[in-house]
Amino acid sequence: MSELHHIGLAGAAAGLRARRFSSVELAETFLKRIERNQETLNAFISVTRAQALSDAAAADRALAAGDGGALTGVPIAHKDLFCTRGVRTTCGSCILDNFVSPYDATVVAKLKHAGAVMLGKTNMDEFAMGSSNETSYYGTVRNPWDPRLVPGGSSGGSAAAVAARLVPGATATDTGGSIRQPAALCGITGLKPTYGRVSRYGMVAFASSLDQGGVLTVSAADAALMLREMAGFDPNDSTSVEREVPDYVALLGEPIAGLRVGLLKEFFDKGLDPGNERRVREALKVFESLGARLTEVSLPNLPLSVPVYYVVAPAECSSNLARFDGVRYGHRCEQPRDLQDLYRRSRGEGFGAEVKRRIMTGTYVLSAGYYDAYYLKAQRVRQLISADFTRAFASVDVLIGPTTPTPAFAIGAKTADPITMYLNDIYTIGANLAGLPAVSVPCGFVGKLPVGLQIVGPHFSEARLLTAAHAYQRATDWHTQVPEGYA
Amino acid sequence: MSGWETIIGLEIHAQLATRSKIFSGSATAYGAPPNAQANLVDLGYPGVLPVLNGEAVRMAVKLGLAIEARIAPTSVFARKNYFYPDLPKGYQISQYELPIVAGGALDIVLEDGKVKRVGITRAHLEEDAGKSLHEGLPGVTGVDLNRAGTPLVEIVSEPDLRSAKEAVAYMKKVHTLVRYLEICDGNMQEGSFRCDANVSVRKAGATKLGTRAEIKNLNSFRFVERAINYEVARQIDLLEGGGEVVQETRLYDPDKGETRSMRSKEEANDYRYFPDPDLLPVALDAAFIESVRATLPELPDQKAARFGSQYGLSAYDAGVLTASRELADYYEAVVRAAPADAKLAANWVMGELAAALNKESLEVTATRMTAERLAGLLKRICDQTISGKLAKEVFEAMWSGGADADAVIAERGLKQITDSAAIERAIDEVFSKNPGQLAEYRAGKDKLFGFFVGQVMKATGGKANPAQLNELLRKKLGG
Repeated sequence: MSELHHIGLAGAAAGLRARRFSSVELAETFLKRIERNQETLNAFISVTRAQALSDAAAADRALAAGDGGALTGVPIAHKDLFCTRGVRTTCGSCILDNFVSPYDATVVAKLKHAGAVMLGKTNMDEFAMGSSNETSYYGTVRNPWDPRLVPGGSSGGSAAAVAARLVPGATATDTGGSIRQPAALCGITGLKPTYGRVSRYGMVAFASSLDQGGVLTVSAADAALMLREMAGFDPNDSTSVEREVPDYVALLGEPIAGLRVGLLKEFFDKGLDPGNERRVREALKVFESLGARLTEVSLPNLPLSVPVYYVVAPAECSSNLARFDGVRYGHRCEQPRDLQDLYRRSRGEGFGAEVKRRIMTGTYVLSAGYYDAYYLKAQRVRQLISADFTRAFASVDVLIGPTTPTPAFAIGAKTADPITMYLNDIYTIGANLAGLPAVSVPCGFVGKLPVGLQIVGPHFSEARLLTAAHAYQRATDWHTQVPEGYA
Repeated sequence: MSGWETIIGLEIHAQLATRSKIFSGSATAYGAPPNAQANLVDLGYPGVLPVLNGEAVRMAVKLGLAIEARIAPTSVFARKNYFYPDLPKGYQISQYELPIVAGGALDIVLEDGKVKRVGITRAHLEEDAGKSLHEGLPGVTGVDLNRAGTPLVEIVSEPDLRSAKEAVAYMKKVHTLVRYLEICDGNMQEGSFRCDANVSVRKAGATKLGTRAEIKNLNSFRFVERAINYEVARQIDLLEGGGEVVQETRLYDPDKGETRSMRSKEEANDYRYFPDPDLLPVALDAAFIESVRATLPELPDQKAARFGSQYGLSAYDAGVLTASRELADYYEAVVRAAPADAKLAANWVMGELAAALNKESLEVTATRMTAERLAGLLKRICDQTISGKLAKEVFEAMWSGGADADAVIAERGLKQITDSAAIERAIDEVFSKNPGQLAEYRAGKDKLFGFFVGQVMKATGGKANPAQLNELLRKKLGG
């Protein structure tokens, strides 16, 4: 059973049902790996060992009785912005350091219902604001491929944990690339679903019109299984869409011959690292060999994504984070003199620099006299970007390009310059602005570092994206590569 | 105050009578222990989301249709951002640029009987805030979020009102309307119906509006009238003394009867409104709007007009009787049971009954003097069993005891004497006892007619039919 940690999410589910190993064995295997690597990687904020083992034992009893759901006994981890009842939910922030959620997020409840066993809560950029995991109150997560490098962000803890095989799958969220970018930098598969596909209830909000929960797994097949169990309409989330969830797993084997692939001209720009570009172009050749037809398409407004995003997202965050005021929960300053002092110090002490920067930016762009010039204009450009995508999808089935401009960068390299940091999300933000599903899959290496390939589809085309990604992963083995030291 | 014109616009907040809150499933009932009716959504916990209560939307549409306003096919909820302990999310969900209702009007009747049309700019949906508690909490402030998330419709009038009295008439009209529509219980003591008044003054004949002050949170008709009158006088005093009115928010202190500054325009918050990304725009199609229209009751003005034509009532009487749906229903029940004289019924409902209810602070729905019992009394007036004067005594007996009109009349022997022979006998007896007065009358002292009426009434215990008595007495005296 030394190879149990390579089993993958679907493999674990199948193995448990076939009683080849127990859920307790599986949980113990992964918990040991988590604990052994916590100091090096810092991928977790909370490890829920006792609860996990007790849940695993219950899963084993259910399996023995022939009961259980699609994920019964399968270990997973949750990004620490999904509320988990009775378990600390910090959002990577000092302000929620003492916050134990009294309820489960819908995603957490659904995965519980499917039988998944939570091993812990993963580290993340504070309130999901960051592209490197350096803004976490709990310290930087390190990239398993090279501990001197960042894992990407904001779901860096989830990505590093899956890449290092500390857990077979983890939930994550993506507001501007926070699933796909760390997936690319850590060499794993990351899926951001269509906006409204997965409930946001219980997911601590960063930018409500952009946030979407998704998955980080080793393979597209694992992502299909996990997404199937967590997607669907939720009456508690008015922006979730009442639409049937396809059986993504059953659809994985569909052929992709004839798939019309659009090459996003704007993604192959001067900012793209030549090494990354080579890997992406090689991957496109693989798609061609599988019967896909390639054409170049242009989305002229897409280069405006980053400025639009850095108006819309901070605007929403400035309002969403107003509830952290020291009154009802979370950090409260010592001995407040009066109400203003309570607000100023609780928030001043509780939030980190990047969060403060975005709250201030957002407050500014919504202010009287600036609203039209910034927020309203950004929303108009956002509509233009959406329209570009709609036009493109009239002639192609999916768009393919790089996930990030470069491989993982050094810890500290971009912290002094927020704009450079923000540009890391240049290829991923468009899908968030348009609410589109997108997946990142590993497509090779530059040096020793993994490179991600991004596939973007029309609304609710998750099945198509997963099928395409799965076909690619059957033809390649990049996704099975494990960082040195974690084999 | 002559030479000045007063300009008033009201923002009325009516709490919608939904069972649950506007964005959460918590109950809205009044009076629960602090925070007993606040769930995670009301408390603004991390990760929770609002879900719009469809009943609140239906109620707002009902209001919009009743004031002949436009119902927006698409309206949008926005966030009004500011920090306060009774505002758990740090923003209030309200409607800003695209309200659900726009461009309506209501007619009010002025003191001189003229009808005035008051424009209604808009009505929008929003959530109420909670409240801070100080009593019994030395050194700290408590927060009760039971009221947080209670649905409100804010009804904004045009600056069409020209006096405190007009403002009160308008507010009463809206109060009547929301209760007719059954969208608000109208309970002002519990804060279910309250208003902010925007008040300014200008020189008579001026076209430009003066600088206004906004008086917040007035929760009684009396306070509205007093606060506006105080504010108008204050502003005129200021201007006449060479000063200037400052745009500001003021609070009315009912104990001192004055308004005082709360915050100036400079101190006002920048609310940074923007569309709430957690809620979809509210899209209403024609079929939905028509389905709501089908539920509209007969409205106060329609009912008053019908009372005028159907029952022959004056505009004033019809207005009084239709001021509440319950009173109008009561009146109509009386008329149904005693149809002979609808005007008489109106007089009794507005007179004796209203006075008795008022004395005991009772609602018309809460009285033991049911419409059927009152009708029983009116029937006895119409068929001349009792006189109108004795009827008041019967009413009082019915009010304090439980007996019906006929039982009271029988028990007290109040049945009117309509037998001419009996009345004549009584007259003859009075004549024989008062020969002096009789002689004086015959000598031309006409005023003594009343003396004889009084004596006969006294002799019959007030039961002689007054009309018959007059007729017979005149005949005998003349003969």
